[in-house]
Amino acid sequence: MPQTETATGFTPETFEAFLASRDEPTWLTEQRRAAFAAFGELPQPHSGMEEWRRTDIRLLRLDKYAPALERPAVDSLPAALLTSGGSTSSIDEDLLDQTAPLVEQLTGVGDTPAETRLALAGQTAALNSHSISSQLIEEHAKQGVIFGSLDQVVTQHPDLVQKYLFTRAGDLRYDRFAALHAAFWSGGTILYVPQGVRIEQPLYIQSSITPGSADFGHTLVVLEEGAEATLLAELSGGEEAGGLHCGGVEIIVGRGAFLRYVNLQNWDNTVWHFAHHKALVEADARLQWTVGALGSKVSKVNQHVALVGPGANAQVNGVMFAEGRQHLDYHTLQHHEAKSCRSDLLYKGGLQDQSRMVWRGMIKVDPGADKTDGYQRNDNLMLSDDARADSIPGLEIEADDVICTHGATTGRVDDEQIFYLQARGLTRNEATRVIVAGFFQQVFDRITIPSVREALGHAIRRRIREYE
Amino acid sequence: MISRTGEMTDTLKITNLHVNVADKPILKGVDLEIVRGETHALMGPNGSGKSTLGLAIMGHPGYEITSGSVELNGEDILEKDADERARSGVFMAFQRPVAIPGVKMADFLRHAATNIRRPDRKEGEDLIPMREFRKELREKMGQLKMDTEFARRYVNDGFSGGEMKRAEILQMAMLKPKFAILDETDSGLDVDAVKLASQSIAEIGREKMGILIITHHDKLLEHNIPDKTHVILGGRIVETGGPELAQELHQHGYDRIRAAHPEAAAEDDKMKVEAAAAG
Ligand SMILES: Nc1ncnc2c1ncn2[C@@H]1O[C@H](COP(=O)(O)OP(=O)(O)OP(=O)(O)O)[C@@H](O)[C@H]1O
Ligand SMILES: [Mg+2]
Repeated sequence: MPQTETATGFTPETFEAFLASRDEPTWLTEQRRAAFAAFGELPQPHSGMEEWRRTDIRLLRLDKYAPALERPAVDSLPAALLTSGGSTSSIDEDLLDQTAPLVEQLTGVGDTPAETRLALAGQTAALNSHSISSQLIEEHAKQGVIFGSLDQVVTQHPDLVQKYLFTRAGDLRYDRFAALHAAFWSGGTILYVPQGVRIEQPLYIQSSITPGSADFGHTLVVLEEGAEATLLAELSGGEEAGGLHCGGVEIIVGRGAFLRYVNLQNWDNTVWHFAHHKALVEADARLQWTVGALGSKVSKVNQHVALVGPGANAQVNGVMFAEGRQHLDYHTLQHHEAKSCRSDLLYKGGLQDQSRMVWRGMIKVDPGADKTDGYQRNDNLMLSDDARADSIPGLEIEADDVICTHGATTGRVDDEQIFYLQARGLTRNEATRVIVAGFFQQVFDRITIPSVREALGHAIRRRIREYE
Repeated sequence: MISRTGEMTDTLKITNLHVNVADKPILKGVDLEIVRGETHALMGPNGSGKSTLGLAIMGHPGYEITSGSVELNGEDILEKDADERARSGVFMAFQRPVAIPGVKMADFLRHAATNIRRPDRKEGEDLIPMREFRKELREKMGQLKMDTEFARRYVNDGFSGGEMKRAEILQMAMLKPKFAILDETDSGLDVDAVKLASQSIAEIGREKMGILIITHHDKLLEHNIPDKTHVILGGRIVETGGPELAQELHQHGYDRIRAAHPEAAAEDDKMKVEAAAAG
């Protein structure tokens, strides 16, 4: 006997109901059907698969969640972190600031003084994978910039979306979660910047869920030749009742274009987070990509950067902090497909309590990708004896005249450092926070968006517990 | 101690201090009293326990006090954490300062100065205003002939030996302690820098500071003539004299001291053997 009227799970029935609820072009429906078929065929990830060796998802009950059929009754989002400009304070200030959320810090709503607010060129918001608002300033709309809900844009500009959606940067057969995402994505955001158009102010995506719900948001970013943009994305919600995020990001940075992209997941610590992110960087294009991983119960994320044209340049920054029993598993791939490209990855993680982090990084250099300059590094700072971090760097080089280096360190907060700071009058807690802030400073130094640095710094400092 | 004019004179008083390091006795009953305004020199062979004394006074958790007391104006400070001791006016320039990567000297010092000047400050409360602090820092750096660029560097990270010692003096100048222990602050400094350090310490000390200079040389004492010189051997202070004692040790070494204090000399030999065995 069914207990509720709304069917849950990702079954043929819920899939058909989901399709029936949408008015989409035929090609998209067919793409979804192919993805749903793949979801049925692909094996459920298990610990026997190399990529899933360190992440146990046996407790995940997909049948508890449902596709986004009905609009949520609520249409306000929880406070987010990335947009309130933060304060202009230096690292050791505001140590106990418990209030300012990241979203406020990035745009400066709330108490942030007007002069430090981050002015946005546009923003989109989604709740439970339903788009609830989107804005783009007029000036850029006139230039041909498209920024809004992918759901809506796919009906307004079907050809544009068809050209890119799961064609170049997304692989809906990568694994079962990729297939599930491609079958059920909804809401989502598209950013399209035409040739030569430069958007100075950041664009902001906020995606959230109510407790117990699922987010299947898809992000598609296309910068045409010579275009420039900054895109900040923040995922949050799921308060204590858990939730599911099964997401995907596709990015194409055209020839000579420049994208700064920040993706912060700040889910409640009860949320399952699965995502595939892939960026293609074309000739002479630049990508600065910052990943912030603060939330979720279990994360399994693939971040893939493909340098597909000569002279492409990618900088990848990872800022991770885990507490409680959080388990964050991030797999990065820097794929050098063309010659004379540069990729530079730095992931830094802080762990406290019994949390666990996995970073598995690969630099892959194809035959012919000569004069590659690739770098990857992962540093972890352990704030507790019970936490555990695994760093697994890897190189696969099939070209000549290549410079590829990697490194990984795991260390503890040093008692001698704490004593030194205490001997200068800082309390033990202040000392710990200062040392952790210093640890992350090296990656913050690379992030060229001050509000993002501030927001991440604040969020991490807030999480650091009292130490005895 | 009450001075003739009736005002309190700050006193740091160490009584019968016994300290273990890694379960081994290193200090075996040290007595030492420094009145604010005085300069004391502490000399002794390598491994005799000089740094141990400083670190124990400062509150390093690795230095276990097995008996004795350290009093500041009659109040025992041994129960206090290092930060509380620092906030009550005790400072140590370390023999081997620790690097804190990612933390800028200026930010660190601003935080430190705020806590020291406002000992009751709660975590998260405002720091000294940036402008005011910068001006003061720039001034002090100028006096120490330090490039202001230094303030932007990460604390002791990649500093040369001499730069570290200058930075320690800078910290003392900014924090204006009541009592300062300078542990081989002259080592690693070039000839000119030692001279400058000696002058600077005297200058800073003019604002009435009790100073304990731990040294193997006489250069720092040039501008800081010790009211008292103490010799430590085998974990005990075996002799106390005036400036002439520092002179003597600097010129002739410890042979006379050893001969005059055979028991302490034997202790010292024993400690060396143990330290060597511990690797
Ligand atoms: N943290 C420590 N762990 C182990 N042994 C220690 C430690 N600190 C000091 N010791 C030992 O205690 C003894 C005294 O050391 P201390 O550093 O106090 O000597 P010192 O007089 O300052 O010598 P120097 O002139 O070489 O600086 C030495 O035998 C030393 O090896
Ligand atoms: Mg010493």
